Amino acid sequence: MTTQSPAAQGGAALAPVTGRRSPRRRAQISRGIQYTVLLALVVVLALATDWARVGTTFLDPAVARDLVPTLGGALVNTLRYTVAAFAVGLSLGTLLALMKLSSVRPYRWIATVYIEFFRGIPALLVVVAFGYAVPVALGVNIGSLTAKAALALGMVAAAYIAETLRAGIEAVPRGQVEAARSLGMSHTRTLVTVVIPQAFRIVLPPMTNELILLTKDTSLIYLLGLTPAQFDLTKVGRDALSTAQGGLTALFVVGAVYLIITIPLGLLARRLEGRTARRTRS
Amino acid sequence: MTAPVTSSAPLTDAAAPAIRIEGLHKSFGPREVLRGIDLEVHAGEVVCVVGPSGSGKSTLLRCVNLLEQPTAGTVRVLGTEVTHPDVDIDAVRAHVGMVFQSFNLFAHRSVLENCTIAQRTVLRRPRAEAERVARENLARVGLADRVDALPAQLSGGQQQRVAIARALSMDPALMLFDEPTSALDPELVGDVLGVMRDLAEGGMTMLVVTHEMAFAREVADRVVFMDDGLVVEQGPPEQVIGAPTHERTRTFLRRVLDPTHQRPVAGR
Repeated sequence: MTTQSPAAQGGAALAPVTGRRSPRRRAQISRGIQYTVLLALVVVLALATDWARVGTTFLDPAVARDLVPTLGGALVNTLRYTVAAFAVGLSLGTLLALMKLSSVRPYRWIATVYIEFFRGIPALLVVVAFGYAVPVALGVNIGSLTAKAALALGMVAAAYIAETLRAGIEAVPRGQVEAARSLGMSHTRTLVTVVIPQAFRIVLPPMTNELILLTKDTSLIYLLGLTPAQFDLTKVGRDALSTAQGGLTALFVVGAVYLIITIPLGLLARRLEGRTARRTRS
Repeated sequence: MTAPVTSSAPLTDAAAPAIRIEGLHKSFGPREVLRGIDLEVHAGEVVCVVGPSGSGKSTLLRCVNLLEQPTAGTVRVLGTEVTHPDVDIDAVRAHVGMVFQSFNLFAHRSVLENCTIAQRTVLRRPRAEAERVARENLARVGLADRVDALPAQLSGGQQQRVAIARALSMDPALMLFDEPTSALDPELVGDVLGVMRDLAEGGMTMLVVTHEMAFAREVADRVVFMDDGLVVEQGPPEQVIGAPTHERTRTFLRRVLDPTHQRPVAGR
């Protein structure tokens, strides 16, 4: 570029056009290079892959077809374990969140210890404990498998949910509480009518995360020992893997079914989130 | 009004002024915000509290319904000593309306619900009655047509008028206003002050913290000037705003009434 360009005449004082490219030009060029490299990578990968082998390893139609009849029941089971565990997690988590925010110090201690403990150990240990240690240690026999799964996974989820909810409750503006109290509402009434409903709206996105994580954690309950009617998606996939041909096709199919649950959940959350944002923006 | 305290007669006194504050102190940590306030507000009186920011006006107001717990001193509201630990403060608050600078409408509830929740949960009014009272008060503040709106869909001025209707729906014996127009765009201030003027003319007992000198001059029965945690002077508006006797009041009024006035303050 030369000093004869129009830009040089117009804005010479602040940004003289030099030999160096402007930041906007440089960004444009950099973007162009990135697109080109990305496209090249995709082409190379596509050409280098042995598609026939991928087909027989991951997407064997025969294996997939054999698997489909068993998937319906497994899907229902997975959903049942998830919903039951989430119910436990949400109730216990709400209680723990309120304890953590309580003015009664021992409540805060108990909640803190609980949360740190269950957040810190693998969910797998808790499931195993519920399967073997708890019945022996406490002399109780939890009959229903769903109840066992809900308690084990719910107790772990409660620790995460409690922390999420606590943050949500603390994010409700103080003025909301003051307005409610100034109208004569008691502390508890304020919490129930004003704070918790707004906290739930705030925590909707992270709560969806919890639910999605929980959906996948139900794969751990095979450790409790399942009858075929109780099989969840992962268990069905693993069994199919050990018996059938077709490589990893079973896992691939099961993974797709998990996505059928979790992707709509994410979409639903995003829609609710949008609605909440519209309702509360000011 | 109801008697929030079951037994002890000395705690409630029906013939007392609407508010009687004696020797009120309030500290936040080492910082003493109120340093001994004595103040009375009588039934039917409109008292405006003015003063520089940080003078403790809002804290004083918030001590009346115990949103702030006083460090020392007594506060009697509608004859009840609210600073006494045996008093059920919720029962007193139900009769004391409060309007905040930042409106504080319940963001998740409609305009109508904002005005009915406390009626239903605190006063235990049936739904139909609560809604009738709410609609009456929303009409009074000129928002009868917005009952189904959510707070976020209203302008600041409208939100503040809903907040006033929400407080009025409890049939309060006394209203507290904490800088009700400070968060509003200038062109919306008039509507809110108009509603407050109507209330005052209707005989409502009002304690108003405000920066609106014209409003104080026109509507207040008494103006209280506060500075540095103390009441510096009080009296009829024409006296306190028109002919202040204290230098601190004069300095403050010069700044408020003529913000472009740049003359350095003598003695500081």
